[in-house]
Amino acid sequence: MIELRDVVKSYGAVTALAGVTVRVEPGELVAIVGPSGSGKSTMLHLAGTLDRPTSGSVRVAGHEVSALSDRGLSALRAQRIGFVFQQFHLAPGVTVRDNVADGLLYTGVARRERRARAAEALDGVGLGHRLTHRPHELSGGERQRVAIARAVAGRPSLLLADEPTGNLDTASGAEVMRLLRALHDDGTTVVIITHDRELAAGLPRTIAMRDGRVAA
Amino acid sequence: MPPADVARVGAAGLVTRPLRAVLAAAGIAIGVAAMVAVVGISASSRAGVERELAAIGTNLLTAAPGRTFTGEAARLPDEAVEMAGRLDGVTGASATGRLDLGVYRSDLIPAGETNGIGVLAVRPDLLGPVGARPADGAWLNEVTRQGPALVLGAEAARLLGVHRASADVRLWLGNQWFVVVGVLAPAPLAPELDTAVLVGWEAARSLLGFDGGIGTVYVRTDPDRVADVRALLARTVSPAHPNEVLVERPSDALLAQEVTDRALTGLLLGLGAVALLVGGVGVANTMIVSVLERRAEVGLRRALGATRAQIRTQFLAESLLLSALGGTAGILTGAVVTWGYAWSRGWPPAVPGWAQAAGLAVTVLIGGIAGLYPAVRAARLPPTEALAAP
Ligand SMILES: Nc1ncnc2c1ncn2[C@@H]1O[C@H](COP(=O)(O)OP(=O)(O)O)[C@@H](O)[C@H]1O
Ligand SMILES: [Mg+2]
Repeated sequence: MIELRDVVKSYGAVTALAGVTVRVEPGELVAIVGPSGSGKSTMLHLAGTLDRPTSGSVRVAGHEVSALSDRGLSALRAQRIGFVFQQFHLAPGVTVRDNVADGLLYTGVARRERRARAAEALDGVGLGHRLTHRPHELSGGERQRVAIARAVAGRPSLLLADEPTGNLDTASGAEVMRLLRALHDDGTTVVIITHDRELAAGLPRTIAMRDGRVAA
Repeated sequence: MPPADVARVGAAGLVTRPLRAVLAAAGIAIGVAAMVAVVGISASSRAGVERELAAIGTNLLTAAPGRTFTGEAARLPDEAVEMAGRLDGVTGASATGRLDLGVYRSDLIPAGETNGIGVLAVRPDLLGPVGARPADGAWLNEVTRQGPALVLGAEAARLLGVHRASADVRLWLGNQWFVVVGVLAPAPLAPELDTAVLVGWEAARSLLGFDGGIGTVYVRTDPDRVADVRALLARTVSPAHPNEVLVERPSDALLAQEVTDRALTGLLLGLGAVALLVGGVGVANTMIVSVLERRAEVGLRRALGATRAQIRTQFLAESLLLSALGGTAGILTGAVVTWGYAWSRGWPPAVPGWAQAAGLAVTVLIGGIAGLYPAVRAARLPPTEALAAP
């Protein structure tokens, strides 16, 4: 599903990734751990085609990223990849349902269908009764569940989560992890960046990062 | 993306910050309103003149003696009116003659303080050709046109403070009292009657020493034959000296008249242009701020699969909507101002469709130009950097 080979990513003088080779098979559930600044987010962005490597090759869902245009990459993200971020990134003042429905805005699905699928996805994360609420009326854990619903409403085959529990208390974090495991059980490839060693230890595979390299 | 989605996404940014949207659109609204109002008021005033002319007709011609080639005042033949009346296409002809006299409310007022009111000797058949009628009292009849009786023009009546015709109201004219037998309604095609007192031709000769010289010949023509009559009129009223005759069509002067103040129009148009410019800068500024504030949103949309072109379209649509909001408000305001002003002046209100279309076109142009740079900037944001923004 993801294949990074000899990937280097530099920002001017800073080298965020210094030659990374990693493979994630379809259907895997993987934790990425490592100290702050070790290049975890950079790797996730490359795997999510949000950025291109300085050198090396990135293949996602069978596509060589360097060979795709902006349109091609955008279509890949719209159809195959879902993202969950630490800061949720929900639109303020917009209902929970429309936040999730807007996740499908660039997939070519009609509005009525987008809203129907949004309701369905929100049901899936246990928020089917909060469709008309606005983000500021929800707890942090609930907001992250809305973000997960948005990421999975398009039924992506790859879900990338950058510290999804970083802003949450233990109970909410556990609920979010339960949802991500459930997605994995349904066949989605799930990659989770986390600071939480204990949480990572509970997952089938862990990739440890240090100074822009895979440590183990 | 379907247009409805483009509009919805473009509007989303405005709806979350309504006050800012209103303020940014206000400049454009003021500019468009000023321009629509200027055009609308000028069109309404023209419509007013045209409606008036449709009622009073444009088929009145005047012929007046000019100067001889030696520079002396010319004199028309005494039969000028009768000759004009026989001309093909003429339906009525009459005349007035000027007297060098003043008219006063009492015999105690010093001579010379005339308020600019002239004295005219009139043929009995004057009203038909000039299209005038008494607003009060009566026109000069068989008896009154022979004696010390007069009819007041509308403006003269106002200046003298005489509002009703009555046997008790007398005016001091040529060292004797004249009775006011009538007051005319305003005569738009012969405004010189409005500021005059009118006495019968015979009375003027017998009582006031009038020499019988014709001042102005009024000729009403068949509406389809105005040009023909006009071409022949000078030769007809003065066969010997046609070049000494001044022929005019009073309705031309009315049509050419700038009813609206030119200086004010220019000022308003300039003000509108400045407001539009400021409005455009305001929209551009708002859009740039909006892009800066919404970097995270741009990053998220890119992560959700938006292409650069779709991000560009989103912000361009937002700018166009913002500008169109101002433009629409401006057109409505301009129309309301036009209606109010036209109503206060008694004109039929008219806001030409082309002015509204032009207002909207200017608006779209400004929105497009103002939104282009911010939209391109938003589209160029790297998604990762945008997502790193708080
Ligand atoms: N857009 C960027 N511009 C410059 N430096 C960056 C940028 N993104 C990341 N970096 C640098 O790359 C390194 C790795 O960052 P990151 O992948 O965010 O680490 P992590 O997610 O593991 O904390 C850091 O030193 C960071 O400062
Ligand atoms: Mg990080």
